[in-house]
Amino acid sequence: MSAARAAESLLALSQQEELEDLPKDYPLSPSEDEGDIDEERKHQKLLEAISSLDGKNRCKLAERSEASLKVSEFNVTSEGSGEKLVLSDLLRPVKTSSSLAAVKKQLNRVKSKKTVELPLNKEEVEQARTPLEQEIFNLLHKNKQPVTDPLLTPVEKASLKAMSLEEAKMRRAELQRARALQSYYEARARREKKIKSKKYHKVLKKGKAKRALKEFEKLQKDNPTAALEELEKIEKARMMERMSLKHQNSGKWAKSKAIMAKYDLEARQAMQEQLARNKELTQKLQVASESEEEEGGVEEEGELLVPESVNEIQMDADGPNPWMLRNHSISTKEAEIKYPVQLPEPVAHETSGSEGEERPGAEEEILLNEFEERRSLRKKSGPNQDTEPVSRQEPKDSSSQEVLSELRVLSQKLNKENQSGKQKLSSARTVRAVQRKDPTEEEEEPLLLQRPERAQTVNELEELGKEGCFQNKDVPRSVLEGQKLERSTNNEPGAPKEKKKKEQMIDLQNLLTTKSPSVKSLAVPTTIEELEDEEERDQKQMIKEAFAGDDVIRDFLKEKREAVEASKPKDVDLTLPGWGEWGGVGLKPSAKKRRRFLIKTPEGPPRKDKNLPNVIINEKRNIHAAAHQVRVLPYPFTHHQQFERTIQTPIGSTWNTQRAFQKLTTPKVVTKPGHIIKPIKAEDVGYRSSSRSDLSVVQRNPKQLSKRHKKQLKKNSVD
Amino acid sequence: METAPKPGRDVPPKKNRLQAKKKKPRRYWEEETTLTAAGAFPGPSGNKKRNRELRHQRPKNTNFPKKSRISRKPQLPKKSRELRNPEPQRSLSGAQDPFPGPAPVPVEVAQKFCRIDKSKELPHSKSKTRRRLEVAEAEEQETSTKAALSQLLLVEEPGFLEGEDGEDTAKIRQADIVEAVDIASAAKHFDLNLRQFGPYRLNYSRTGRHLAFGGRRGHVATLDWVTKRLMCEINVMEAVRDIRFLHSEALLAVAQNRWLHIYDNQGIELHCIRRCDRVTRLEFLPFHFLLVTASETGFLTYLDVSVGKIVAALNARAGRLDVMTENPYNAVIHLGHSNGTVSLWSPAMKEPLAKILCHRGGVRAVAVDSTGTYMATSGLDHQLKIFDLRGTFQPLNARTLPQGAGHLAFSQRGLLAAGMGDVVNIWAGQGKASPPSMEQPYLTHRLSGHVHGLHFCPFEDVLGVGHTGGITSMLVPGAAEPNFDGLESNPYRSQKQRQEWEVKALLEKIPAELICLDPRALAEVDVISLEQEKKERIERLGYDPEAKAPFQPKPKQKGRSSTASLVKRKRKVMDEEHRDKVRQSLEQQAQKQEKKAEPTRARPSALDRFLR
Repeated sequence: MSAARAAESLLALSQQEELEDLPKDYPLSPSEDEGDIDEERKHQKLLEAISSLDGKNRCKLAERSEASLKVSEFNVTSEGSGEKLVLSDLLRPVKTSSSLAAVKKQLNRVKSKKTVELPLNKEEVEQARTPLEQEIFNLLHKNKQPVTDPLLTPVEKASLKAMSLEEAKMRRAELQRARALQSYYEARARREKKIKSKKYHKVLKKGKAKRALKEFEKLQKDNPTAALEELEKIEKARMMERMSLKHQNSGKWAKSKAIMAKYDLEARQAMQEQLARNKELTQKLQVASESEEEEGGVEEEGELLVPESVNEIQMDADGPNPWMLRNHSISTKEAEIKYPVQLPEPVAHETSGSEGEERPGAEEEILLNEFEERRSLRKKSGPNQDTEPVSRQEPKDSSSQEVLSELRVLSQKLNKENQSGKQKLSSARTVRAVQRKDPTEEEEEPLLLQRPERAQTVNELEELGKEGCFQNKDVPRSVLEGQKLERSTNNEPGAPKEKKKKEQMIDLQNLLTTKSPSVKSLAVPTTIEELEDEEERDQKQMIKEAFAGDDVIRDFLKEKREAVEASKPKDVDLTLPGWGEWGGVGLKPSAKKRRRFLIKTPEGPPRKDKNLPNVIINEKRNIHAAAHQVRVLPYPFTHHQQFERTIQTPIGSTWNTQRAFQKLTTPKVVTKPGHIIKPIKAEDVGYRSSSRSDLSVVQRNPKQLSKRHKKQLKKNSVD
Repeated sequence: METAPKPGRDVPPKKNRLQAKKKKPRRYWEEETTLTAAGAFPGPSGNKKRNRELRHQRPKNTNFPKKSRISRKPQLPKKSRELRNPEPQRSLSGAQDPFPGPAPVPVEVAQKFCRIDKSKELPHSKSKTRRRLEVAEAEEQETSTKAALSQLLLVEEPGFLEGEDGEDTAKIRQADIVEAVDIASAAKHFDLNLRQFGPYRLNYSRTGRHLAFGGRRGHVATLDWVTKRLMCEINVMEAVRDIRFLHSEALLAVAQNRWLHIYDNQGIELHCIRRCDRVTRLEFLPFHFLLVTASETGFLTYLDVSVGKIVAALNARAGRLDVMTENPYNAVIHLGHSNGTVSLWSPAMKEPLAKILCHRGGVRAVAVDSTGTYMATSGLDHQLKIFDLRGTFQPLNARTLPQGAGHLAFSQRGLLAAGMGDVVNIWAGQGKASPPSMEQPYLTHRLSGHVHGLHFCPFEDVLGVGHTGGITSMLVPGAAEPNFDGLESNPYRSQKQRQEWEVKALLEKIPAELICLDPRALAEVDVISLEQEKKERIERLGYDPEAKAPFQPKPKQKGRSSTASLVKRKRKVMDEEHRDKVRQSLEQQAQKQEKKAEPTRARPSALDRFLR
C-alpha cells in the first residue's frame, strides 16, 4: 500500500518536473540561480518521496505554498477560502449521475426554445418611478453600466472581443506561471530564513550592501535626483543610529561578548566590528570641496593636504602588513586599495574621496609620494621633527611652506584632472570610501576564521610585523614614520586587551627586535652603481626581504609546532571497535569504552626549548653517544647523581699535570713481569705474625682495608 | 711499555711499616729494587715534557708601542716548590730559603680547574657513598691546586690598540700600524696581488705557520707565510670553491668544481673523493680527524681522514648549503640556510641538534668564537647578530650594517671580523670572554677587491683576507692568543716534532659519534638504559633485589615466640612504617598547599573561588 503511494508521489514528482521545466523556456526567467533552486527543490522532493517509502512519514502534512499538481487528500485545508470545510462538501459526487442526464437534456431544450414569454416587459422593469430612481439610472447610463443583468460592461465586452481563445490561454498560463514563481520565491525565502549560519547571513548582507552600492552608483550617473533621495535615506539611517544605542556594545549580546573578548579573539573582533559599524553609521557625510573653492581657499587646502599624506602613513601602519610601511613611498595603487583607513577620522575622510579617484592615475600618486618623501627628509633635517599637528600649526616655517606650495600645485593638478569627470557626486564618493573599508575586514576575516587554533599565530605574526616596523627606525629615513607609528598604535582600541597576548611572545619579539646603534661606519663599501640607484635597489630588496621574512617566521613557528607535536608521547588506544556493540563503517565505539581502554602515557619532562620561541632543540636521544655512557651504577651508589659527581673530574693528562695524572691513574694492583709471586702462606693471612714484606698483594690505601683486615692487623700488633 | 709511576729518589727507607704504607702504595718488588730502580729511571718523564714545552715558548706576538712588554721571558714555574718541606731548611751551602713553606695557591685560579658541579642538591646518601664522594672532592681539590701551581707565570699579554683620549682606533690605517711596529711584525702585513685567478679563499694551518689559498679560477698555493717560502703552487684547471688544511700542513683539501681533492704539500694529488661532489664549503674537526663538506646538493658529509671512511652523510633538507662553520668547543657544525635559520649538526644524528631562527632573510655568514660561547650571524636583512650558544640561543647584540656582511670570522681572542663588499670591519669586546660590542669598529680596512674569504691566523695578530684582487694579510693587534701550547700546536715545531705530534693526535682521536651539543653530558649516567636494565632485571628475577626485605621477627625463647606474638610484632613494625608514610605525605601536602597559597596570599578576594 505504502509502496504504491510512494510510486504515486514519484509520478507526481515527475509531473512536477515537467511543470517546472516550463518557466525555463520563457525568456523572462528571473535570475541565473533559479535553476539551482529548482534542482534543490527537486532534490528535496525526491528525498521526501524516498523517505515516504518506509511508510513512516506518510501522514506528514506539508504546507502548501506553491502551485502544484500534487494535491493530496491529506493536506486539504480551507485556509485560503476562509470557509469552514465541511465533510459533506467533500462527499458530494463530482459528476451527476447519468440517470438524470435525460431530464437535463429536456430542460435544456425547453430553455433554448424561448417559447415561454416572461410576463413583464423589460422596459417596465427599467422604468424609473421615483425621482431618486431616475437619478440613479441616469448615473448608471452615463457609465454604461448594465442595469438589468449583471453582465459584462461594454468595455469588458470589447476586451473579450479583442481577446482570442489562444490569447486567453496564454494569459492564463502566464498568470499561472507568475503565481508559481511567486510561490517559489516565497519558499526560497522561507528556506533561507531558516538557515542558522551566521556567516552565511553576514556574507549575504554584505553582498546586498555591495549590490546596493553599485546600484547607487549607477543611479548617480543616470538619475542624480533619485540618488539624492537615497542619500537622504542614508542620512536618516545615521540619525537613527545616533539616537539609538544599537551598535555601542551595550546590548546583551555585546556584554556577553565583552566577557569573552578577553580570551577569545573572535569575540574581540566582533566587538570591534560592531564599534566600527557604529562609527561608520554615525559618520557625518561631508561634501568634498569643489575645485573652484579650492582655488579660493588655497591656504586652507594646503593645510588639509598636509594631513592627507600623514594619514596615508597611518593607514599603512594600521594595515595588516606593516612591512608595507617602508615601501609606501613607492607603493603602487594596490597598496592603497588594500589598506585604506581602518579607523576613519573625519579629516581623513575628505581626502579619501579624492584618493579613490587617484586610482586611475598612478603616476600622479607616485609624484605625490615623491614629494612627500622629500618633505619628510627636509623635515628631518630641520629643527622640528614633530608630528602632524605641530607641523600643521607651523606653516610659516620656510621649508614646510615650500613643500606646501609644491603640494598645492600638485593637488590642484590632480583635482582638475579627476574632477572633470564627476563633480557633483563627490559627496557620494565619501560614502563609498567608508564602505570600502569592509572588504579589508573581509579579507582579514577568513584568515582569522580559517583555523581557530592558528589565531595565536596570526597574533604573533602581527606583533612580529609591528616590531619589525620599530626595527625600521634605524633606517634614517623612517624616523618620522616610526613616531607616527607609535602614535597610531596607541590609538588602537584593542591595544590594552592584546597586551596579555603580547607578553607570551615577548621573547620572539626580542629576538628580532634590534636595538641597533646608529650606523656610523667610517668606511662605507663602495659600489659601482650610483647612490640613488642603489637606494632604489635597496628599497626593492627590503621589500623582498620583508615578505620573505614574514614567511620565514611563520614557517619556523609551524615547524616548531610540528616538532613539538611529534615529540609528545602518544596515548595508546586499545579499543576494539565492534567488540560488545555494533560495528561498521561510520560507527564509533562509545566514549565510555574509549575512555576505559585508552592508556595515557605520562607527560614527559618539559621541552628544553619551551621558553625559547626562536629555537627548536632536538629531544631525540643520541644512541651513538649513549653507547659510550655509563649505564650501570657501581656498588655503593644508589642514585646516578652521586656517581656522576665522582666522575666529573677528568683524569687524562690533557687536563691534569703530570703528577696529578699519575696519581689519579695509579693502578690498585701492579704486577711486574718476570717476578715470582709466591703462594699465600698461613702466616700471610694472619695466623702467625710474620714479616709482611712478601705479601704479594697490597691494598693501595690503608683506609680502604676491609674491616676484617683491620681487625687482623690489630690482633697482630697486640700479639 | 712502562706506564707505572716510578718511585722517586726521596722515598725514605722504611722503618715503620705502617707509616711507610700510608705514604705510598708499596710494591711487592720494592724491597729488592728500590735502589736499582732509582738509578735506572732518572726522573719522571713529565719533567722532560714540560721542559720541552717551555723551550718552545717564544715571544711571538707582534708588539706595538701602545703597550710595551716589560719582560719577554716567562718564568719557569718552580717544580721544586711542591716538594719543599714545610720548615725552613738549610742547604749545604748554608743559604736559607727566602720563601719557606708551601707555595701559596691563588684560590680563584684553582677554582678555574674545579669541575665538580656542586650546585645540584644530591639525594641522601649512605655513609659509604658519602665517603666516596668525599674522596672524589679531595682528589679534585688536589688536582686543581696542582694545576694552579703549574700555571704559566708572567705570560705574554695580548697587544691592543688604544685610542688616546677619545681617538677612534678605527681611523688608524694599516700603514700607520705597520710604520709603528717592529720590522718583524711589519713583515707580517703584505698584499698578494693576484688579479688573474679571481676571488680567493684562504686557510691557515692550525699552528698558524702555513697559509693555503685557492682562487676561483683554479689557482692553488700553499706557503710558509712567515718566511714567505712557497711550498707549492698549482693550477687545478677547475673552479676552486674552498680550501682547507687537514690536521697538519702536509695535507690539503680542495673543494673543486666536481669533486673533493686532497693534495700534499708538494701539490701532488693524493686523493679524489668522488663521494663528495659539488662541495661548496670545507671544515676540518682536528680532534676527530673529520673533514666536513657541505655540498650544493644539500648533503653534509663527514669524512674521517685518518681511515678514509665517510662517517656520515646527512641530508640537511634545506637546499644548497654554502654557509658553514664549526664550533671549536663541541665540534658541532653550524649551517646557515636561506630561510633564516642556523642548524646545528652532529654526525651521530640524522636531524639537526638544534635549529635557531636568526634572520628574516637568508643567512649569509656564520662564525663561532673559539670558546664556543658566541655565534655571529649575518643575514640578507643586513643584520649582524651575536647569539649566546650556552643553552639559550638568544641574540645578545645586533646591528644593522649598511650593506650586510658576507663573511664573518672570530679570532682566538674573540675579535669579530666582517667582510662587507670591499671593506673589512673588526669589532672587539671588553675581554676574552665577552662578546664583541658592536658600537664602534675596532679597525676597518678597505681592500682592492670584494672580500671572498676571511681567516684569523692562530697565534699571530694577523687577519688573512682573500678577495678578488688577491690576498691581504692585515695586522690586527690583540687578535690572537699570545701563549701557545707547544705540545698541542707549535708554530716552531720541526718535522720530527710534527710527526710525533701526529701520532699522538691520532692516538687521542675522538670518535665521531661523541659529538653532541653539550660534551659534558657524556660524563653523565645514561639514565634511560639504567632504568630499562633495572626493570628487565626485576622482570627476569621476579623480584626487586634492591628492595628492602620485609621484616621478619626474630625467634625468641621462653614461649615469647608464639605465632600470635610474632604476628603482633610484625604488625607493630608495619604500622610504624605506615605511620611514617602518612606523616611524610601529610608534610608534602602541606608544603604543596603552602606553595599554592603563596601567590594568592597577597590579596584574597571573594572571586578567588572561581579561579582554576
